[in-house]
Amino acid sequence: MSAVEIRNVGKIFNAGSSNQVDALVDVDLSIASGEFVSLIGPSGCGKSTLLRLVANLLEPTSGDIVVNGKSPKQARLDQDYGMAFQQSGLFDWRTVAKNIELPLELKGWDKAKRRERALEMLELVKLADFAEHFPWQLSGGMQQRVAIARALAVHPQLLLMDEPFGALDEMTREHMQGELLSICRRTGSTVIFVTHSIPEAVYLSNRVVVMSPRPGRITKIVDVNIEGERTDATRDNAAFFAGITAVREALRGVEMTAHVRGIEDR
Amino acid sequence: MTATVTVPQRNSALKRRLRRVVLFVASLLLVAVLWEVYKAIGPADGGKIFGWKLLPRSNDNAMPHIWEMLSRYADPELRGSSREIWRVVLAGAWFSFRLALAGFVIGTTLGLLLAILMARFKVAERGILPYLVVSQTVPLIALAPLVVSWGGKLEIFGWEWPRWLSASVLGGFLAFFPVAVGGLRGLTSPPAASVELMNSYAASWTQTLFKLRFPSAVPFIVPALKLAASSAVIGVVVAEISTGLKGGIGRLIIEYAREATSDPAKVFTAVFGAALLGLAMSGFVTLADIFMMRNRPKEATT
Repeated sequence: MSAVEIRNVGKIFNAGSSNQVDALVDVDLSIASGEFVSLIGPSGCGKSTLLRLVANLLEPTSGDIVVNGKSPKQARLDQDYGMAFQQSGLFDWRTVAKNIELPLELKGWDKAKRRERALEMLELVKLADFAEHFPWQLSGGMQQRVAIARALAVHPQLLLMDEPFGALDEMTREHMQGELLSICRRTGSTVIFVTHSIPEAVYLSNRVVVMSPRPGRITKIVDVNIEGERTDATRDNAAFFAGITAVREALRGVEMTAHVRGIEDR
Repeated sequence: MTATVTVPQRNSALKRRLRRVVLFVASLLLVAVLWEVYKAIGPADGGKIFGWKLLPRSNDNAMPHIWEMLSRYADPELRGSSREIWRVVLAGAWFSFRLALAGFVIGTTLGLLLAILMARFKVAERGILPYLVVSQTVPLIALAPLVVSWGGKLEIFGWEWPRWLSASVLGGFLAFFPVAVGGLRGLTSPPAASVELMNSYAASWTQTLFKLRFPSAVPFIVPALKLAASSAVIGVVVAEISTGLKGGIGRLIIEYAREATSDPAKVFTAVFGAALLGLAMSGFVTLADIFMMRNRPKEATT
């Protein structure tokens, strides 16, 4: 069974008014369970919008989305997915452990069970010693790890990530990519990952979905064929470079306009 | 690691607080010195600058010596009475403090409820906010007799509206405004990403209110509470005067001011009592501030 099924989806903002925006047109995408899929493209191509449609934070104007065999709304209510954003979005007034407990608290878990799960998650992101710290006492990379731990706290099948490493420096970023992959290997999660970075997309993904703006649509889907487990050595691998070249060419096909700041060769 | 980080922080915080106390005492002394210097060199019956009557009179009636004001505290309030003035002033300040505290609680509760209502419904914000602003332009003196007469007619299940409650309500009338406005700003302050996060957890509006909006509003509400505390004091003192309520510091100021020609130092004892009352209120709120902001990043507390 596929984890996420997107059929003929369109999204129009401000329909009928003078500032109408066709954010997405005719998007078809099927994501298998356990797959890691990246969405890449210049600003305004609708990749974040697509992620929010899957998360049911937005409603599609047309088409169907099925998440875990249910409507996105039901999937959201059942907490079938975890989500992480570019800004870690941790709450300053809560300790690290309490931040991770937040989604469990909202589900009505009892205190002991919450704490146990939070510590388990902190173990997973290697921050077990920082449970009682406050987020503002941690570095940016550590905060982002806490945000990922929070997204994983409900043990979701599906992880939705919107440029989660976008605010990190290059070194931390590569380290976090490795951490994310090892977490996914252990949890078997399906991931939809929005990024601006070509190497990041290729390093992490089974498939890279290349999108273009005005109107937002999928222009190409690049399969990444890297054999075996991905490690730091993968970054010197010929298949890795082949993937980067393929994605770059697909992006070059994308109409370049004044607003291409979004693409960065990181 | 934590110990080595927090200990110097505590130390410097203590030093900062100590310096603040020293500066406060020094500023009091400075004011006293300026007072006495002007009294020594200023014109006894006032003076003119370029034909404008600007310089205040410095005679003993208008500006009694600081030591006369202070020594007045030890004298009895009235000739032949056994109660020293400091007891009377302190009792009056305590009486008014309790009224102001009640007004502060009334105003803060009302302000927070209005802020929640306005944060919840955009329509409510558009409908209520202009009236809130207008309400603060109504002079308290005009309102005081109204509140007293309404209160006098109220009787709920045998419970009679006490007279002091009118003064507290008037204090609350001034205090609610900063809390409502600051609260509204605070409740709507969380970034879109945080609200989205709560939505992704399928959190209800009430859950979002208590887990996200209230905690986010704290840095906005704390300064609003400081304003509300001083407003409550002003409201209560003015209400005491304009409703003729006995026992508080406002009443003492009026009574002592009548004796200003024969006993000029006396009114200042009550004025300082009112200042003490204001300090007590702001101290009370500062404690709340320290408690509520204890786990926040240090940049936010400044």
